[in-house]
This record gives sequence, C-alpha cells and structure tokens, in this order.
Amino acid sequence: MTLREVLQIIEGKVLWPEIDLSIEAKMACGADLMSDVLAFTHAGTLLMTGLTNPQVVRTAEMAGIVAIVFVRGKLPPAETIALAKEKGIPLLASKYTMYETCGRLYQAGLPSCGLFPLTAGTWLDDPPSSCGM
Amino acid sequence: MTKKVITVSPDDSMRQLKEVLRVNRISGTPVLRDGELVGIISIEDLIKALESGDIDATVGEKMSTEVQTVFADESVVQALNKFARFGFGRLPVVNRHGKLVGIVTQGDIARGLLRQLEVDYHEEEIHRYRASHIFEDITSDQTGLILRYKVKPLDFVGCGEAASKLKRALERLGAKPAVVRRIAVASYEAETNLVLHTTKGGELIAEIQPERIRIVAVDSGPGIPDIEKALQPGYSTAPDWIRELGFGAGMGLNNIQACADEMHLESKVGVGTRLEILINL
Repeated sequence: MTLREVLQIIEGKVLWPEIDLSIEAKMACGADLMSDVLAFTHAGTLLMTGLTNPQVVRTAEMAGIVAIVFVRGKLPPAETIALAKEKGIPLLASKYTMYETCGRLYQAGLPSCGLFPLTAGTWLDDPPSSCGM
Repeated sequence: MTKKVITVSPDDSMRQLKEVLRVNRISGTPVLRDGELVGIISIEDLIKALESGDIDATVGEKMSTEVQTVFADESVVQALNKFARFGFGRLPVVNRHGKLVGIVTQGDIARGLLRQLEVDYHEEEIHRYRASHIFEDITSDQTGLILRYKVKPLDFVGCGEAASKLKRALERLGAKPAVVRRIAVASYEAETNLVLHTTKGGELIAEIQPERIRIVAVDSGPGIPDIEKALQPGYSTAPDWIRELGFGAGMGLNNIQACADEMHLESKVGVGTRLEILINL
C-alpha cells in the first residue's frame, strides 16, 4: 500500500510538503512502546504511534520503518521533524485514535507484522511447538 | 543565478522590449533607470499590450513596480520560498545596497539542486566503494576494524547517534540489509541501556571482522544486582519518566538476544557492566 493510499484511508496529512507518497508500506504496527517496535516489526513496516519524541525516529531508522503516522491529531516537536528529515523518514498525521487509524488500514488490506516468537512462545493456549516458529 | 542580466529602460517602448525578448530568447527582464531597479516586465505584459493595441506604450507604463527580489547572500531555500509564495518565473538578485547583481529562475535552482544531488550521490558511491574494499585491500592474518562510540548518561536527545553511525558504517562496508537491521536494533538497545541506566555513561565498541561483528557495551556502574532477573522479559527497573518516553518495558536485553547469534552479560554492582553481542555477517 502506498503512502498516498494510506493518507486517503486515514484522511491524514503529511508533516512537510516534499514527502514521496509513492513509498510502499508492506505491513503496519501500532505501538507506543519503542522496545516493542524494535522487537516485533520487520523492514517495510508502517508505524502508528502516539509518542512524538525524537526517539521514535531513531527507532524507525534502526528498525527499517518506512514511515511514521502520529495518531489522535498529535503533532511532534520541531526536533523530531528535523531528525526525520535528516534520516529521510516520512512523518504523517491522523486525527483518528490509534484503534481507528489501525482499523481503517487493516480493513483496507494492510496486514500486521504477524506473530513474534517471543510473544508467541508465551501464549498459553497455544503451545510454542504449534506456532511453527 | 545568471550574472549577465539583460535589462531594459522604462522609457523603452514595448515594441523594443519585444525585440529584446526575442533576440535573447528570454521571457522577462528587470527594468532599470540609472542603474536603479524600478520594475520588472515579462512576456505576459507584452501579450497584454499586444492584445490591447498598446505596442507603442513605454515599458514604464506596463511593468509591475512591486518587484520581489532576493539578496545575493540569501539561501536557495529562501529563493524557493519566494517562488512558491508569489508564483513568479524569475527573481532579480540584489546586493545589500539594493544594486542589481543578477537574476535567478526556477530552472536555475532546479539545475543547481540536481547537480548537488548528483555530487552527493557520487560521493556516497565513492565512500561505499572504498569502504567495501577495505578488507580486500588490507591483508593480515586477521583483519578487524574497531569503531568506538562514547555514550553520555541521560542524554536522551543524542541517544541512538552511536547505533546510527554504526549502521551507516556497515551499510558502506556492504553488509546485508537484514544483518544490518539486527545489528542496528541490538546496538540501539545497548546504547539506550547505557544512556538510561548508567551513572557515567559508557562506550559502545564494535569490532568488525570479515565474517562477524562483536559489539561490546561497557560502563562503570552502577551494575546489575540480579542478572537472571534482568534477562526476564518484562522485568525492568526503569523509572516512570523513562517509561513515558516509550522505553523501559524490560524488553531490551531480550530484544538484543533475539537479534544476536551470541550474547554474554557480566556485571558487578558498584563496578560496572559488560555486554557482548556477537552477530555473524
């Protein structure tokens, strides 16, 4: 799904004009915990978050996140935007809640990052051996 | 910008202007009286004059007198802003005394930026080429490259700089993207631990060999009292302010373990901690 389609589905905005909207997101994840983002995402993920500090951009840089969507109409401070421009990570904004922003994208066919061995292994009703991981 | 500017006088006729534009193949020009910038006239003004049969009117009558200019020492970005705001095709460039020194068009800026992009691209290619051949160019029984990064305690804004630089270095060295990602995530978690949990900060040392990378995060305190507990998923001693920043969920070490081929953690309370991460390249 391209960022252009993402913007239409979430009725969102770009945080500066020169963002390349043809960039593709293969999957998406919603998280306010950056450790979770580092643990559960894959390269090519679109991140939805309510956290706006510069470490969100750092996390995205390390984890190969293609773009960040700030939910609930939150806007990041100038230092977050400056770092994102420097690292070439597009920033978008959604006026909807985390739940609704993710829900709209999921409904439109953007998949999640899937199960992760660490959490899959602790899922009680589902023995680790049957997870196929 | 173009320094040789073709100009006209306000006393010239529109007919003369037509010739100036045609001969020089330009679509507009600044209007000068005694060297002073008094207006700007474009092909659009000429067409309007032609339509209304005013071809013998003077340039002074048809020009726009509200001229937007840029200063010669202003940045390209400021010029771009003016182009975007006013929608003009060209802007006269003046020095700080108001004297016309040149003219800049949107095309000039686009060409300049393209050239810069090309230069940057070439430079990055050269860096990449040099770096990726380092292990072939230098021979020894065992060649390694050591990168050291100092990490300051509680420097939340700078946190991630070391991991970011290491990631870039590995990309230049030609490491596989999937491996670079694992190294970046592991070293970022290790760096975050140094920033958030140490009293005096520490060091992130990466030793790169052709076959594998060893990353060591060392600090001089406070040390981990119970390593077994520290390795449990979700166990964290992070205070609330760290959690509010999106960290301190007690997943850092597990995350590193998941990314690494081998991980060793040694710590002594009051002395310090040494975390070693090995990842095959």
